[in-house]
Formats: sequence, C-alpha cells, structure tokens
Amino acid sequence: MARLIVRRIAWAIPTLWLIVTISFFLMRAAPGGPFDLERPLDPIVMDNLRRIYQFDEPLWRQYLSYVAALAHGDFGPSYYWRDFSVAELFAKALPISAGLGVTALALAVVVGSAAGAFAASRARSALDVVVTATASLGVTLPNFVVAPLLQLAFGLWLKVLPVGGYAEGAPGNLVLPIVVLAAPQVAAVARLTRAAMIEALAAPASRTLRAYGLPHRVVLAHAFRAALIPLVSYLGPAAAAVMTGSVVVETMFGIPGVGRYFVEAALNRDYTLSMGAVILVATAIIVINLIVDVAYVFIDPRVRLD
Amino acid sequence: MIEARRTVALASPWRRVGARFSRNLPAMVSAAALLAVALFCILGPSLSSTSYDAIFPDYVGASPSLWPHPSEAEARTALEGIARRLRARLVQVAFDGAEARVTLQASRPIDERGLAYFERSDAFGPAQVEERRDDGRTLVVAAPLRLTWMPAGADANGRDLFTRMMIAGRISLAVGVLGCTVALFIGVGYGAVSGYAGGRIDMAMMRIVDVLYALPFIFFVILLMVFFGRHFVLIFVAIGAVEWLDMARIVRGQTLSLKRQEFVAAAEALGVSPMAILVRHIAPNLLGTIAAFLALLTPRVILLESFLSFLGLGVQEPLTSLGVLVADGARHIEDAPWLLFFPAALLTLILYALNFLGDGLRDALDPRER
Repeated sequence: MARLIVRRIAWAIPTLWLIVTISFFLMRAAPGGPFDLERPLDPIVMDNLRRIYQFDEPLWRQYLSYVAALAHGDFGPSYYWRDFSVAELFAKALPISAGLGVTALALAVVVGSAAGAFAASRARSALDVVVTATASLGVTLPNFVVAPLLQLAFGLWLKVLPVGGYAEGAPGNLVLPIVVLAAPQVAAVARLTRAAMIEALAAPASRTLRAYGLPHRVVLAHAFRAALIPLVSYLGPAAAAVMTGSVVVETMFGIPGVGRYFVEAALNRDYTLSMGAVILVATAIIVINLIVDVAYVFIDPRVRLD
Repeated sequence: MIEARRTVALASPWRRVGARFSRNLPAMVSAAALLAVALFCILGPSLSSTSYDAIFPDYVGASPSLWPHPSEAEARTALEGIARRLRARLVQVAFDGAEARVTLQASRPIDERGLAYFERSDAFGPAQVEERRDDGRTLVVAAPLRLTWMPAGADANGRDLFTRMMIAGRISLAVGVLGCTVALFIGVGYGAVSGYAGGRIDMAMMRIVDVLYALPFIFFVILLMVFFGRHFVLIFVAIGAVEWLDMARIVRGQTLSLKRQEFVAAAEALGVSPMAILVRHIAPNLLGTIAAFLALLTPRVILLESFLSFLGLGVQEPLTSLGVLVADGARHIEDAPWLLFFPAALLTLILYALNFLGDGLRDALDPRER
C-alpha cells in the first residue's frame, strides 16, 4: 500500500511539471499581455511595469524563476487584481468552490445511488422506466441549459430562490448552483448503481442468500454494498466533471469561486492566476484519483495492489 | 420457417448488424430524428425567407408566431414612424390582403421622395402614390406588405431565431463530424501502433496517455481558445486533440487481442510488413468497435463545442452555434424566454438522439458488450 502511494506521488510530480510547462509556454506564445489596455500606457510606465514583473528578461529565465517560486509554494502576484497575490485570491475562492463541489458530489452519491438501487430493486417496473429516462435526460442535458431553466423556473416564475449572487454563502443562494452541479452526476451515479445492482442481484451470492430464505430487504442490502464498488471508481471522473462544471455554474450564478476566476483570468491575460487555477485543478484531480485508488483497495479485496 | 433460418445463416455480418439495429426502436427513432434535424439544418437556410444575419430593427424581440410579420399592430407602428418622418398625419389606414392603403395628410405639400421610408422599413415594399389631393397635401399611398416568417421569434438584434438555429445546428453537426474525425485519426493511429508494437514502446506510449489523462484538458482548451483567437478550425482541432485519448485506449486493447489471432500470424509468416498488416488486417477488424465508439463520441464533441461557445470562446458573431444561442437566451430569460427554449430544445434533441443512436449502434455492432 505504502509503495503504491509513494509511486503515485512520484508520478504526480512530473505530471504537474508537464502541466506547468505546457501552460506557461502556451500562454506566453500568445499575442497580448496583462498590461495591454485599450489606451496604451505611457512607455515609461510600461517599462517600469515590465521591469517589476520581470517581463524584460528572456522567457526561459522567467520560466525558471516561476518554477523555482512554485517549488516554494509561491504562486506569485496576480497581474489583474493588483495588490493581491494569487494565493490570497485562492484563499478566498477555494473554500467556496470546494464547499459547492463537495456538497454536489455528496448529493450525487446519496440521491443517485438511492434512486439507482430503487430502480434496480423494481427492475422493469414503471418506476424503473421513469428513473432510467430521467437519468438519461440528466446525463444528456448540458449544465448551461439546466442552469438558466432553473433560474427561470425558481427565480423568476415561482420566486422562491434568488436567481444568482453569493450573498456571503446564504443557503438560499447555494441551492440552485449545487443542484445544477450535482444533476448530471446524480443521473450518472443512478445509472451506474442501477446497472451494478442488477448485476449483483443476478450473481450467485444473491441467489444463495435467497435460497437461505432471507427477506428481500436483506438481499437488496447485500447487493447494494456490492454495487457501491464501481461507484467508488467513478468518483474520480465525477470530481473532474464537477470542477469543469463549476466554470459554468460559478459564471452563471455569479459565485466568486475558482471556476469563475479561471475564465476571467484567461481573458485578462492574468498569467499567474490562470496558471494557478490550472495547477490547482490538476492537483485536485491527481489527489482525488489517488484517494479513490487507495479506497478501492480497501473496499474490494479482489483488487491487487499493482 | 426453414427459409427464414437460411436467410439469417447466410446474412453477411453487416446485414446482421443492420437487422439488429432496425429492431432497436429508440435507436431507429433517434436516427430518424437526427436525419430530420440534419435536413432542417442543411437545407433549411436556403429555403428560409430570411438570412441568419439579416437584422430587422422593427421586429426586435418579436415573440414566436406562426403568422408572418408584420402583424397589423406592427404595420401600424411602422406607418406611424414613417408618417412622423414625412411630417404628416395618418388619416386612414386599410389593409387588404398583402397591401396597405394609407391616407397621409400634412399642412404643407408632402415630399414624395420621402416615400422611400416605406421601403426602408422592414414591414413594407416600395410604395406607390395612388391619388394626390389638395395640391399634394393629402396623399393616398399603396404599399405591399413585406412578409417575414419568424416562427421562433427574433433575438435582441431583430434577427430570425429560426434561421439562426438552422445555422447553429449546422455548426454543431459540422463540429461533431470534424472533431470526431480528428479524434479518430489520432486515436486509431496511436492506439493501433501502440498495441501492435507491444513491449516497451507500448508501455511508454500508454504512460504518455496516462499522464495526458491527468491534465485538466477542458481548461487547456479554454486557454487555447482564449490565447489563440477563435478560429473555426482551431475549435475542432482542439476538441479532437482532447478526445482522442479514450479512442487510443480502446483501439490499443482491441489490437492487442487481434494480433494474437492466427490470421495475423499467417500474414507475418508470409512476410507481410508490419505496416501492411496494420492497414490490411488489423484496421478492418477494428471497424465495428470504432464505429460504435464514434457514435458515442459525437455528442461529447458537440457538447464540448457548445460549452466553449457558451463561455464566449467558440464561433464568433454573426455566425452562431447552439451554445452561443443558449448563452444569448440565458441573458434574456426575463423578457424573451423563447430565446432560451428553442435552442436548448434543439441541442437537447440532438444530444439525446445521438446518445440513443450510439447505444443502439454499439449493441448492434458489438453484441458481446451488452
């Protein structure tokens, strides 16, 4: 186990380095810069800015100093939000995004697996058809379609929830973003659980339990535990999808999280903030995949360590 | 009975695939729906009465209606505007079929050159003077109505949403096809070479794929689009470059199992070069798997494009895509919800149908997968 973890972490470092390198040169190769305003700055001011931010040095030296700073955990200053370092911006934005994402994932696991198990326990009934059809709609509908439709329904017609805004995390403001983030994952988890559960119910183990004369409820409980195993390995992709979804959701609902910064920073040529966001997302995906893999070994003894 | 069994036994693999597919009702319905959407998007714009970028200032924000514009109220508003410009009063307005008959009156003789305002409005064609009275202080003018159909309403710039949806659907389908083609070539080439080479090469190539999997690719595509402008070509190159990874894995797995088959060994024994074995013997056997996977990849590619367009990073105005239209609709949900409903419905229909079609194709091509 320790070897697996060490090896995975050892792999994570070159992966992260690759990400940093590709995104650094990609950004710098593009035309435009963070200080190109609509009205050009005074050349002297521009020269000073370039010197302070070390843009006058050769690109490879800028790259080396960026990587060196990064190795010490320093993301550098934001080029757009002067007076703020990238770390300070993330310190405010990350808890918001993480809170939304974790809640959405938890909702997806609880609601999705319950719906999937329910459908599987009554396979081919009308209820099963409803769950399956809803799930395939949920998987298909893009979040940028769901979000405005929900804003329209709950915010403008029923007037029960605010259309957008964060309001320092007031619960009402978080309901719609979480639902939009969670919806496709709820659907995916429901489909996955249903399929796994039907398979588990048809397995010899379930037949044996039934032969013992155990009540249906007990057989279902056993099958449900078996069905949760494939679910665990889906959590990695699900977390990645939630992070991607947060870009849309945070933009649409005006939530000051990392996802919204990402697009804004790219549009403003805020090199350090974009880089920081990419590194943050990549690290999160790597860590989550590692946790999922380790958890998998604990949950399913049939999985070998390598 | 015996006759029937013989036909099945003699049917070619592809015919059996066709038979299995045609028994799958949702997949057949989806195929028909997609065909309809494709015809709508490809032929529609040339049949439509308006162009996707034609602007009708008189109909800004017009709601969906099966009747052509201008309605009587719209025509009256347009006439009032024209009369104001001619410094005249509307005395009498009568509509008969496709023509409006207007009596204008002013304190001074009306300058007839000003009748060009009729043609300049969106509601009327060139106007004719039918009668002059009081030394030209009163004019009776006949102007044909210029009929425009906007069944899905008009957007905030007064452009016909129906035609714009056709163009958007066209872009989406084109991106689906082209993006998949890019993914197909990279993925199949990479996967087949990796699987067929085996050993260290295979391991190194698959390690690279593993590393690429860890990259937050959507974020890269966003960076790419932001920093390198919004070329139409770049969109599907970027999307294809992102989506080839799964294809490479699947093709590699299939190639690994195929190359242990006797016919490959036979070809090798006959001295056929590795490249020729790949092209002549391995690739055709991969066809079914690839086709099934492509059908499921297409909706993902279309979704990714509309996602980028939604963020404002995809195709640029006046060209449009379903993502752009949905984003536009989301901005006007309060005053013009149809701007959201229609494009969202078309996008959902395309994605839904493609998913069912893909599932059906996979079941038909690869019955073991079920």
